[in-house]
Amino acid sequence: MSEPRFAPGARVTVATRRPACHHRAPAYIKGRTGMVERLCGTFGNPETLAHGGDGLPAQPLYRVRFAARELWGDRAERDGDAVEVEVYEHWLEAAS
Amino acid sequence: MSGDHEHGHDHAHPHPFQPDDDAGGLTEHMALVAAVRELLIEGGIYTAEDERRAIERMDARSPAAGARMVARAWVDPAYRDRLLADGSAAARELGIEVGPTRLIVVEDTAEVKNVIVCTLCSCYPRWVLGLPPAWYKARAYRARVVVEPRAVLAEFGTELPEGMAVRVHDSTADMRYMVLPARPEGTEGWGEEALAAIVSRDCMIGVAMPDPAQSAA
Repeated sequence: MSEPRFAPGARVTVATRRPACHHRAPAYIKGRTGMVERLCGTFGNPETLAHGGDGLPAQPLYRVRFAARELWGDRAERDGDAVEVEVYEHWLEAAS
Repeated sequence: MSGDHEHGHDHAHPHPFQPDDDAGGLTEHMALVAAVRELLIEGGIYTAEDERRAIERMDARSPAAGARMVARAWVDPAYRDRLLADGSAAARELGIEVGPTRLIVVEDTAEVKNVIVCTLCSCYPRWVLGLPPAWYKARAYRARVVVEPRAVLAEFGTELPEGMAVRVHDSTADMRYMVLPARPEGTEGWGEEALAAIVSRDCMIGVAMPDPAQSAA
């Protein structure tokens, strides 16, 4: 188990990979940048847990806030709206 | 339905057949579940009666638990702070069992309206709200509410005041969510029981707001 890499307020970008296994990063946040709202704790990795594995190494889990405009562009209903999503650390990189 | 004939149903004519919900037959996963269940019971791990009781207990949970938490938070600012800091601990404080649930409570304010969804499946805070409504599990709600929450809320009859932002919470992983609605005007001096009575399931999912006029009192 590693120390969480990101603190609340950090700007992070979600990886764009599409693993064939079960994973819980929804497609609509892949490649998108948001802000860490809070650290939720450290949990087993569902990508191995779902396939009979041990879920190790456990992953810090964050709630990341994405602006609706960042996710949907012109389709967003209004500036200021947001979607918050739980994302495991191995899906996140510091935003460039 | 064509409107060119009387429809008293005293005559025979064909209607389209409505298939049963479970008319799709046994999928691979349904067969797997049935097989594992039979093995567990045959092996004496648990009995069919144990299973029936467990399902009955799960089905008996109701939004009344969440409503009690909301009402307490409305009358007790210190409890509200604890509820927002750790929803699971705040539930247990009122004697509400939440099992392994890691509950995050998000608070509506004059500036922010919160809405809960699980886009990947149907995660729901069952220990405090009971079973989810069918629409919560439907693809239409899950796909649309993240993209156009205002349009979805309007379809539920919830029009947001100008200047209020929407925050949609997607339960993609290990946490579960419940909305702490804003206490409506016109409830000054109400006791906790009367307050809890206007906190419906949909208010705690976030698609509705408590309405004092709905009070049965």
